[in-house]
Amino acid sequence: MDLILDGIKKAFWLLITFDPEVMGITLLSLQISGTATLVSLLIGISTGTAIALSQFPGKRFIVSLVNTGMGLPPVVVGLFVTIFLWRSGPLGFLGILYTPTAMILAQTVIATPIVMGISLAAIQHLPPKLKLQILALGATRLQMVWILIKEAKLPLLAGVMAGFGGVISEVGASIMVGGNIKGYSRVLTTATVMETSRGNFDIAIALGIILLLLAYFINLILTQIQQRERSR
Amino acid sequence: MNQSITILEAKNLKVKRGGATLLNIPSLSIEKGEILALIGPNGAGKTTFLQTLSYLLKPFQGEIFFRGKKVETHISVLEYRRKLAMVFQDPLLFDTTVFNNVASGLKIRGMKRKEIADRVMEQLERFGISHLSRRSAKTLSGGEAQRASLARAFALQPEILLLDEPFASLDPPTHESLIEDLEHILYRTRTTTIFATHDRLEALSLSDRVAVMNHGMIQQMGPPEEVMNYPATEFVASFVGVETILPGKVIKRNGGSFIASVEGKEIEAVGEAHLGETVLLCIRPENVTLSTQPHREATSARNLFVGRILKIVPLGPYQKAHLDCGFPLVAYVTTHSLEELSLNEGKEVRASFKATAIHVVRKGAG
Repeated sequence: MDLILDGIKKAFWLLITFDPEVMGITLLSLQISGTATLVSLLIGISTGTAIALSQFPGKRFIVSLVNTGMGLPPVVVGLFVTIFLWRSGPLGFLGILYTPTAMILAQTVIATPIVMGISLAAIQHLPPKLKLQILALGATRLQMVWILIKEAKLPLLAGVMAGFGGVISEVGASIMVGGNIKGYSRVLTTATVMETSRGNFDIAIALGIILLLLAYFINLILTQIQQRERSR
Repeated sequence: MNQSITILEAKNLKVKRGGATLLNIPSLSIEKGEILALIGPNGAGKTTFLQTLSYLLKPFQGEIFFRGKKVETHISVLEYRRKLAMVFQDPLLFDTTVFNNVASGLKIRGMKRKEIADRVMEQLERFGISHLSRRSAKTLSGGEAQRASLARAFALQPEILLLDEPFASLDPPTHESLIEDLEHILYRTRTTTIFATHDRLEALSLSDRVAVMNHGMIQQMGPPEEVMNYPATEFVASFVGVETILPGKVIKRNGGSFIASVEGKEIEAVGEAHLGETVLLCIRPENVTLSTQPHREATSARNLFVGRILKIVPLGPYQKAHLDCGFPLVAYVTTHSLEELSLNEGKEVRASFKATAIHVVRKGAG
């Protein structure tokens, strides 16, 4: 029991004093996962909407692929991104393996299908005649798509939550393609794994608390936006 | 309306899906300011027709001309669509305030904010929903939502308004007040309108012309009283011809009731109407009593006319008798009394109906 209490005490001390190492790791985590989420939003929402609005043979198959992608194991993503970025791999010439850029790439691969799948479902759930009504109001195709996306903003927000939540808490891919290099590619999850294995439970608990708080605050903000939208 | 200008013309419109023809309209032209009602049962092709006219349903065969200009060739689909406004059966409002909803079509056109605000306010007031302007569209009742949807369409000041059964899902009182308001607004704006409905009375009170549709085709088209009194086919008769509809001119009023002149005959009806106004008198066949005795005016039925039986159509336990009383009249007779009165085609009878049994439709009363 002492181990835990001691750990928690030291963890709070690290947090209250804004320990530079802990803060650096947190900031890097936010940067990497935030960028990856942003990129996945751009790709996921546009592609998801395009799939939802178009009719083509094999649409069902594509939708099932996207849905499968929503549950991609991060370790598998890490493996393939590593192979691609390996010096002799197809993208080896980029020389970005074991860099934050590689981590952004891997996390984008993880988040994109999540955002895409939720966008696809969100757009498909709008009343089918809404599209006709928007066109009848004189909208161009682009205006129509934009209005539909705005109409689906609540479920799309859920997509943002799920995407960011997925990558900020992911560890496998980050460690494989980032290498957990101190002060360079060490993020909350990879640091937690390392400190735990070393028996430094105080730092590990501090990092864990930050991870929990981050997840909590981001969800709180998004939930609040959702609730305000609903009550208006 | 003084000068008739053809605003919309459709030629050889055909929509086919999986071998079935959903729509087949050889030709149709709409005059500026005209109100055309499309009536027919569900699946008759009314929605398909409206969506084809607005280029929302593709692909289709045929040509559409707007003010003589061929759409796609002389005028782009977008440009054409921006001359129209369409209201669907569901209000289909956006998840924002009522104001922003009514403004949406104008925003799409990139209009200036000040001008948008003016136009939106005008429409909100016109449809009696100014007080809801800042409310979320999600919180509106069915009637309020449909008013917002109509306001959104009218804010565009469309050259042609397409209405796809916009009142079908409303409860009767809401339905009635909304149709009354729409009638006044259309009367004032003189907007060219094509509206689909399965309600005959709605078509009667709003339209200048009625097109009865079935199986994707127009079965008959003409002024409402003509279509309803003289159905051209059996289908039209079964769908619309269930009552006699007589245009009459009000020549005398005495509190709560009036006397209208119909083809030179005087018919008394209960209801409000101005002197000199032309109204439509609707008489259901079950409210018409036939007799052969010459003196039986002591009934409470106040309208009594002598007529000749033109045709008798059997309808199970009833027979439907078409009479000529100087004006057309249809009456139901039980098979029993048909035999008792020994009625047959060509025979002279007395037809009577109460002043209270007449449904009075006023056209464009404002």
